[in-house]
Amino acid sequence: MSSDNTIRRQDYQIITEMIEDGSTVLDLGCGDGSLLLHLKQTRNVSGYGVEKDDRNVLASLSNGINVVQSDLEQGLAGFGSVAFDYVVLSLTLQAVHQTEAIIDEMLRVGRQVIVTFPNFGFWRHRLQIFLGQAPVSKQLPYQWYDTPNVHVLTINDFENFCVSHNARILDRVVLSERGRPIDAFPNLMGALVIYRFDKG
Amino acid sequence: MTRSSIGDVHPQHMAFDEPILLKSGETLSSYQLTFETYGSLNEEKTNAVLVCHALNASHHVAGTYNGDEKTRGWWDNLIGPGKPLDTNRFFVIGLNNLGGCHGSTGPSSVNPATTEPWGSTFPMVTVEDWVETQARLATKLGIETFAAVIGGSLGGMQALQWTIDQPTRIKNAVIVASAPKLSAQNIAFNEVARQAITLDPEFYSGDFYQQKTLPRSGLKIARMIGHITYLSDDSMDVKFGRSLREDVLKFNFDTEFQIESYLRYQGDKFAETFDANTYLRITKALDYFDPATKYSGKLSATLSHAQANYLVISFTSDWRFSPKRSREIVDALVANKLNVSYGEIDSPHGHDAFLMDEPVYHDLIGAYFDRVWKEHKDE
Repeated sequence: MSSDNTIRRQDYQIITEMIEDGSTVLDLGCGDGSLLLHLKQTRNVSGYGVEKDDRNVLASLSNGINVVQSDLEQGLAGFGSVAFDYVVLSLTLQAVHQTEAIIDEMLRVGRQVIVTFPNFGFWRHRLQIFLGQAPVSKQLPYQWYDTPNVHVLTINDFENFCVSHNARILDRVVLSERGRPIDAFPNLMGALVIYRFDKG
Repeated sequence: MTRSSIGDVHPQHMAFDEPILLKSGETLSSYQLTFETYGSLNEEKTNAVLVCHALNASHHVAGTYNGDEKTRGWWDNLIGPGKPLDTNRFFVIGLNNLGGCHGSTGPSSVNPATTEPWGSTFPMVTVEDWVETQARLATKLGIETFAAVIGGSLGGMQALQWTIDQPTRIKNAVIVASAPKLSAQNIAFNEVARQAITLDPEFYSGDFYQQKTLPRSGLKIARMIGHITYLSDDSMDVKFGRSLREDVLKFNFDTEFQIESYLRYQGDKFAETFDANTYLRITKALDYFDPATKYSGKLSATLSHAQANYLVISFTSDWRFSPKRSREIVDALVANKLNVSYGEIDSPHGHDAFLMDEPVYHDLIGAYFDRVWKEHKDE
């Protein structure tokens, strides 16, 4: 199992715990549909994935997931307002360009929004920067030249963003490098973070 | 090109004596439908798939006649043993729609009341009328419910209409390169095609059969216009560019550019094989198609009683029915919380891409029919 899959499993587990039984979910950047499949099996949710990549669309379809091929940078115009209980963006926030627009759209389409992202403020990342290197870790498994990530954000950055954009944080889970929930010094010790928020 | 995997097939005919009240208000007292079937219907009669044709096609969807590979059906690359729509699993039906000119009752058939060809007196037919006649054919074949109805372009409109008119008789709809209704530009192209036909002196107001002639030039121009809308600017450029038939410009009105020669050839071929009255009526059926009319134009309300699962597919370079038009269908289905998947295939081939063997496209259809097969077995 690659480190990428391990991280995905960690954040899927927390997302699953945040989602109520029988709810409706829109999963942005749904990959091969495994999160929705997991939610379908464990939480009896219904919903759709949004995915840009041909191979992932095919994989989602094969997994029995409803998938809509679309580039989420183009917005969610086709989806009605408050059409879903949850809109999920898993491990993708740091890789989107139109961040503000997408979060606005998620808050329009979903009653609640769940986002997860690697915390650039994690001590290992800070140490690497201090030593003069761009951070590479289990959570950020890319070199500077091949990373899909376009934004560098920390837990503090995101919470400031929520304040200035009238998003109300309902729930936050910070995971350590080993995937254990932690409370102390989250922005230093947290490797991965999961937020549930709404319009406030 | 690969060989047909089905091999030789044979058209069948079914006569219907129960009158049908058409959407136009006219009634046909009897009619015949011509169809072909591939694969075998299972004992429970649950594995049937209906293929609906578009403007220019027929019931001859797959396979060949008399071993001649040139007679391969129009969707042979998709349908057959081991193909994305696998005839080892499914019982596939292709039919010629009512009003057609490939064996089903249409304007070129003889009206039993007058013993003359129907010609101008043949009624208008609509997508709703086709769905009704297709459902009657299914009933006669002992099929209560289709595992799927699939079609491209106008065929996709029929699949969509099936889920509205016959919600309990269709489990899955596969709608490719289609639209929930025509745009003004779409209607405009159809009108130019119709004018080309009706203004042809050989058209005789639709009763050219008695004159032992055909409105060839009208049909030819109609086909040329249609053909341009099926291709993309890029695909035409790649295929023909500005290449000339001969090396030098001749400064006359002969066919100088390859694209001119291609369009004329396609037009001539079509004019000999397709009925002008059928062409007129099918373009009108396209124009009239707008299932949302009954629901104040709201497609989501139109689909509120639909129960099927859907696969919707569009092609990026299709400007006749662009991806945006397919998204209208998808969005209305999502608004009704219906199961739908949507593929937007990156293809340079324009509207015609739906007839081509594009791996990403065919893989999606194959994966979807795998699902249909599994669901059907689980029941």
